[in-house]
Amino acid sequence: MSPRLRAWLFLPPALAVAALMLYGMAGLRPFGFYPGPYGDVLDAVATAQRHVLNVATAVNFDYRGFDTLVEEFIFFTAIAGIAVLFRAQVGDARVTDEADVDREIPAESDGIGWMCYGFVPLTFAFACYMAVHAQLTPGGGFQGGAIAGSAFALAYMGLHYSTYRKFAPQKAVDAVEAAGAGAYAVIGIATMIASGIFLANVLPLGEKGSIVSAGTIPVINLCVFVEIAAGFIVCLEFFFKQTRRIEEEES
Amino acid sequence: MPATLLPLAVAAPLLLAAALAPLSPIAPRRLADACATLCALFVALLCGALAVETLHVPVHYWFGGWTPSHGVALGIEFAVDPIGAGLAAFVALLVALAFAFSWWYFDSAGTHFHVLMLIFLAAMAGFALTGDLFNLFVFFELMSVAAFALTGYKIEEEESIEGAINFAITNSLGAFLVLIGIGLLYGRTGALNLAQIGAGVAHARPDGLLVAAFVLLLTGFFVKGAVVPFHFWLDDAHAVAPTPLCVLFSGVMVQLALYAVARIFWEIFAAPFSSHEAPIRLLLVVMGTITALTGGIMAFNQHHIKRMLAFSTISHSGLFICAIATFSALGIAAGAVFVAAHGLLKAALFMGSGVLLQRTGSVDAVKLHGRCTHLTPLALLFVIGGFALAGLPPFGIAAGKTMLETAVRDAGLAWLAIVFAVASALDGAAVLRVAGSVFFGLGHMSDDRRSSTAGNEKKETSESRNDTLPTMILTAYAALVLCLAAGTVPQFAGWAERAGAIFLHGARAPFVPTLALHDALLNLAVALGAGLLALAALYLPRYKIFSAPAAALRALHSGAFPDYALWMIAGVAVYGAFLVPIAAFAARGNP
Amino acid sequence: MTLYLPYALVVWLFLVGVFGIVRSRNLIHAVLCLAVVQSSTYVFLIAIGFKRNAGAPIFSADVPVGTPAVDPVVHALTLTDIVVATVVTALILTMAIQVYRITGTLDPEKLRPMSG
Repeated sequence: MSPRLRAWLFLPPALAVAALMLYGMAGLRPFGFYPGPYGDVLDAVATAQRHVLNVATAVNFDYRGFDTLVEEFIFFTAIAGIAVLFRAQVGDARVTDEADVDREIPAESDGIGWMCYGFVPLTFAFACYMAVHAQLTPGGGFQGGAIAGSAFALAYMGLHYSTYRKFAPQKAVDAVEAAGAGAYAVIGIATMIASGIFLANVLPLGEKGSIVSAGTIPVINLCVFVEIAAGFIVCLEFFFKQTRRIEEEES
Repeated sequence: MPATLLPLAVAAPLLLAAALAPLSPIAPRRLADACATLCALFVALLCGALAVETLHVPVHYWFGGWTPSHGVALGIEFAVDPIGAGLAAFVALLVALAFAFSWWYFDSAGTHFHVLMLIFLAAMAGFALTGDLFNLFVFFELMSVAAFALTGYKIEEEESIEGAINFAITNSLGAFLVLIGIGLLYGRTGALNLAQIGAGVAHARPDGLLVAAFVLLLTGFFVKGAVVPFHFWLDDAHAVAPTPLCVLFSGVMVQLALYAVARIFWEIFAAPFSSHEAPIRLLLVVMGTITALTGGIMAFNQHHIKRMLAFSTISHSGLFICAIATFSALGIAAGAVFVAAHGLLKAALFMGSGVLLQRTGSVDAVKLHGRCTHLTPLALLFVIGGFALAGLPPFGIAAGKTMLETAVRDAGLAWLAIVFAVASALDGAAVLRVAGSVFFGLGHMSDDRRSSTAGNEKKETSESRNDTLPTMILTAYAALVLCLAAGTVPQFAGWAERAGAIFLHGARAPFVPTLALHDALLNLAVALGAGLLALAALYLPRYKIFSAPAAALRALHSGAFPDYALWMIAGVAVYGAFLVPIAAFAARGNP
Repeated sequence: MTLYLPYALVVWLFLVGVFGIVRSRNLIHAVLCLAVVQSSTYVFLIAIGFKRNAGAPIFSADVPVGTPAVDPVVHALTLTDIVVATVVTALILTMAIQVYRITGTLDPEKLRPMSG
């Protein structure tokens, strides 16, 4: 079927589906009038029950912590899937030489390099800051992990590949990523052993507003941060590797 | 005891997967195989124990200890009923069989295969056990991602990756449909717990929101459930995925999506739609019939063995939907027995095709015509399997079909029995015709070179390990024997009937239909009919009147995902057209 | 009526994304259209949980518990979804790269695993 024909055939059912969805959404409350009990109840009780200031974090890592465990494993599975799909095959020699590269490789710039040396640790520190303050500010392991990943992407872009590799050795990062994912499951089982219930919040709740508060929430949060950051590094690494020339990989 | 260990059904495979992943280069292969198989068996036993325990009292496990307060569910729960626990146990059993089959598989990629399969197991088990709608969605996503990665496993073959891409794009769109449906329900009830949502809408008038939410959830899950017109990805994925994965796809993944539809319908939508069941039943019956016949006709026309088996699975999806459409406990029970029997039989047939691929390097029946007359165990497997698929008693499929025929008769849909007979005959004949051609050199297979690839697949293990074949064939026969057990062990049918009643919230347990002689004769007749159909396909010339519409149907299965996306949206529109009248009538009744 | 515009936006994004996939001639383009469809679900979730004149669900000494706040649940759902969707997109892009390496094309019309 040609794309043009397909596009024309698409319009009538698309209009029907749009009508269906709008008909459904017309049954919702208007924008800005959230009715339901779930969010209101949690807003009211979370701070008292768990000594958190950021209720969304409490939802993520305590009330609905099991969801987050599974979401974290979706992340882990996708990275594992990328590893499987990009795995080296027997006889997979990539023959390249200068003539094959059709773009001019720009000369490396010292200025950019020095800026990276400055910004990369700064960004990474900001990522850690975001992650550690999960229950206090709109931060968390997921957000911090994504920022950490971008810090490493910045390192790749500004620095020489071999320098970048020193920041993140392959095997260590793989192990760290798996450890982060596994640790969440281990915490769940540990709490099950401690209290009989999976992912119960068994650690002392501490004082509202301090970094060490809310029991297991910061612990789980740090595991997630580690896993997401390591996961992004591994993922980016696979993509960056696709463009390297063989000789440079050896170094 | 099993209730307290319930989270381990999901956490144990996940933990093992996370542990195996970094050990990929150094872990000894045997150790990984053994650990993974043991883990799967553990989950099977745990969930099996639960399936029996929940016949007496349902199990509600609240994660984090967040039991509901004042009627508001704060946390996530696993609401285990017998059907859910049974499905989880069945998943684990099939995964264990798949691991046993692949004992020496995939030498190249370390433990990645095990990691992804274990995560797949955990996701499917959690999917069957959960009682929270968003948790269901999250497990659905986990299941999908693991499946995408595993489908494209054979990265040196372009068809594998293309099949994986089609799978990924269509199923992601399905997931988004589901998420919008979930959002609509959340916006109405402010809850994500299935029981709480059900309580929130039980006395509501079925308005546009409920109908739209139902359509979106139904169609989104029907993508995974391979129902027409959302089924196109399944044959692409099965044809290229590694054999252990096909075992799981056809055996249980597709059926889990249909289970989710049934679960959501009875927990949430059955009460508000209670006086408007007719359009829903009509939709399910029509789509079930179309799916069953499309699958059967396409299977009958395939000569790529795995693709043919995939179309047979699509055909059975249609039959399972008809089971749901009876809206009765007996229908659900029939569905449970049928799903178990079909899953095991398909597993056996897929494993057989895996052995065939290993022995000969191809799964194309045209290429293999007459070349495998010496492979007697495989020949026996395919012949018995083909007849069993058509409903030969006393295999489990016959038992499931008999229960289903009783259920449709009770529901006033007796004509569906004809559809069942035709679809089963086509499915069985498809397998038998391939068996006849490949293993006995009978007749001739029509060589329609325009379609499908020439089965240019590489063998799935790197060396031609003749020592692996006995374990592979034994596993295949084990699955076949289990299918026979499903049909003959009366406790299984008894369990299914009680489970079906509990699924429909305490309906009276249905009358136990003993396998009457005329039912057995009917099934035998259909099985023989399948045999005759197969012989006809092999020996008679192809008549234009049959081949032209079949060719048109085959042209629809184009292999390009933009077409699939088009059919998906068209399908949502059609399903919506069937069901929107519910809201219109309800609005007219009570303005 | 204008109060339902965000929902109309959701429907528009969803269908435009699917339209892009249906008309797609390039796999990378199709993957990005999938991301558009996904973003429509995020907009939907967040729109459902919004409350007028309510702040973020973060309380402190200055914003005591009891101050109107929006629904934290949808925010929690969306933020994990976004991060996870990124890597799933990466997974599909990986498939695109591998298929390009073998076949040299990214056109869905030519990338058919099987037909008929």
